[in-house]
Amino acid sequence: MSVTEHPGAAACPGCVASPASLPRQNGGLYDGAIQISLPTIHCAGCISTIERGLSVQSDIEDVRINLTRKRASVWAKEGVSADDVAARISALGYEAQPLDTATLTAQDSDRAARDLAMRLGVAGFAMMNVMLLSVAVWSGASDATRDLFHWLSAAIALPTVTFSAQPFFKSAWRAVSAARLNMDVPISLAILLAAGMSLYETINHGEHAYFDAALSLTFFLLGGRYLDQRMRSNARSAAAELAALEAPTALKVMADGTTKTIETKTVEIGDVLLVQPGGKVPVDGVITEGSTELNRAFLTGETDPILAGPGDMVRAGEINLTGAVRLRADAVGHDTLLHGLSDLIAVAETAKSKYNSLADQAARIYAPAVHLLAFIAFALWLYLTAGDVRIALNVAVAVLIITCPCALGLAVPAVSTVASGRLYKKGLLLKHGTALERMAEIEEVFFDKTGTLTAGAPRLMNAGLYSENALGVASALAAASGHPRSQAIVAAAAEQGTVPVRIEDIHEVPGYGVEGRWQGKLVRLGRGSWAGAGDIADGSWLAVEGEPVVRFEFEDVLRPGAEALVKELQGAGVPVTILSGDSQEAVKRIADALGVDDWIGSMLPDEKVAVLEERKHAGRKVLMVGDGLNDTAALATAHVSIAPASALEATRVAADAVLVSRELDRVWDMFVTARSARRRILENFSVAAIYNAIAIPLAFSGIATPLMAAIAMSTSSIIVSVNALRTR
Amino acid sequence: MDVLVILIPASLGLGAIGLLAFYWTMRSRQYEDPDGDAARILRTDYDDAPPNG
Repeated sequence: MSVTEHPGAAACPGCVASPASLPRQNGGLYDGAIQISLPTIHCAGCISTIERGLSVQSDIEDVRINLTRKRASVWAKEGVSADDVAARISALGYEAQPLDTATLTAQDSDRAARDLAMRLGVAGFAMMNVMLLSVAVWSGASDATRDLFHWLSAAIALPTVTFSAQPFFKSAWRAVSAARLNMDVPISLAILLAAGMSLYETINHGEHAYFDAALSLTFFLLGGRYLDQRMRSNARSAAAELAALEAPTALKVMADGTTKTIETKTVEIGDVLLVQPGGKVPVDGVITEGSTELNRAFLTGETDPILAGPGDMVRAGEINLTGAVRLRADAVGHDTLLHGLSDLIAVAETAKSKYNSLADQAARIYAPAVHLLAFIAFALWLYLTAGDVRIALNVAVAVLIITCPCALGLAVPAVSTVASGRLYKKGLLLKHGTALERMAEIEEVFFDKTGTLTAGAPRLMNAGLYSENALGVASALAAASGHPRSQAIVAAAAEQGTVPVRIEDIHEVPGYGVEGRWQGKLVRLGRGSWAGAGDIADGSWLAVEGEPVVRFEFEDVLRPGAEALVKELQGAGVPVTILSGDSQEAVKRIADALGVDDWIGSMLPDEKVAVLEERKHAGRKVLMVGDGLNDTAALATAHVSIAPASALEATRVAADAVLVSRELDRVWDMFVTARSARRRILENFSVAAIYNAIAIPLAFSGIATPLMAAIAMSTSSIIVSVNALRTR
Repeated sequence: MDVLVILIPASLGLGAIGLLAFYWTMRSRQYEDPDGDAARILRTDYDDAPPNG
């Protein structure tokens, strides 16, 4: 924990000066609050520093930090924007990014989780009390005492079952009314029959009552349901947070020439928009004024920027690098190229939801088998006892209870919760419920290059070979530009210890480069044709008046962990292929650096999809890792897909998992965890199978007692949960 | 067996207290930020503005 001073209340006027009437106490927890993401906070010191630092400011009414979500809710006076608050938190020394509150809609799933937790709590309370009462019966209470305990159990169990088991009843009813069978049908039947049968036995002074079994069934299965729900709501809220980080806005040029920030979805066709250097193009359109260079990597995979001037088409999502341009919107919202892909994604989603998960497979065998067994037991005992419905029903209920899938219901959620928790800590967000299972099956991996294997930022090659003067002039010029290559030159110069020279009259010529005067001579850094090196597009050139031009070459930097990941995969016998839209030369360089033999360059998005389709038809299960819009369709086609968090939202939506961490080798962790999780799930199923193999004959022969049911059910549930914790 | 008249209500009552306490923690959103609460309790400054449901 960091050492921060903790002055008392007197030194913290803001803490004392915010008494009862806090805004958050008037409405819901998040009503009207500005939400700020704080990815770096980790301790009590961080909480104190930020809460105190903000609350002393006069226009901030209240602050509350949530360390679990790494997020701050700030209630401010009117006129304070989320950006202002984020800037103030940054001034306190913490990374802060405003979140778009409209995008954060985690509250609904929160309520569902709370609702389940409440039902779980009630079931737990009732189960423990009824167990206690049952101990008396098991240890031999008889006659009036047994009846008393049975009646007490009934008084606790019946209302609890009505309340706590509702989720099962509802789901089972939905399935039955659609003429299907799911896991919840035998569960509901067992709970209802157990409760009803026990009530009947109690009324008739019977010996066996299964109230405790009905309750522990409800409790254990609700536990599994709760884990499942929490895992999914965590994933959803984390995904929503990623989306909320980049609230889409556009700068609209009004009739009087001023600009106004508006939401991208309110842009209309014909609107004139201003795109600043460093900004993303919000909608498809045509440039009307100004020229610039655009980074189109997300669309094509090319790392080299593209020159664009008046009359040129631009696409939503492209990044403006050098000059401010005005554009006229000609396709907005769902007509943009970006949204054109969403149909494709939807198709792939339905294909993925058809994936037959292990739990589904188990349920498909299980549900009919249980009903059949219970029915056979009933019929058999009816025949054996010459028509004694009470005994026959008792045996049938025992079969239903004993076979009921406590272990089965916990087997998958417990393992998935442990695995996705581990992966989340490592910076991997699982978005799809079956992503982990599909990941465990992969046989081949395909990577996109730009932005996935590479960091997407260029690095100056051979920085040490340039003369002191050339690098000094270049870095002084480059410092004036936001172009990624300029930044690479500045970084390389600083690394070499070169001091930038003094250059006067420095200015950027959008789309071409930067020029200025050094010791009276004209100096230019930029495109070859502009600097006077002829019509060579590749690289950047430095021209000093009266001296030969100098060429600066750049290479892509590998993403950290890329090499390790490729090595691990190849070591595990998983073939690796690079599919890229970039030039053959650039792809070859990266492939060689990584030791990958299979690579294809200059690919169009359709070709990427075609390659994946072909592998799919060949029966191979493929993992695709990519970030570009040109990968989106390919991601949707692959058996399982991962996108880095830097990808566009459309791409992240298409992917099954999002890599939040910068380190690419986390993908290997996911692979290892997925295989381990799959093994644990299968082990859990075998535990359940063994348990059933022992218990069913006992129940069938009519010698099962409520005590045996209670012991068997608890033991198998505990074994399964503990086994889940072994997931790596 | 007369002792049951006291023991049974006592055990059920204790369980009910636990259930009510759980209900209260749910209602007052005490599971919103487990990490934060774990850290806050170690601070020396008094938390004058705890979250409210």
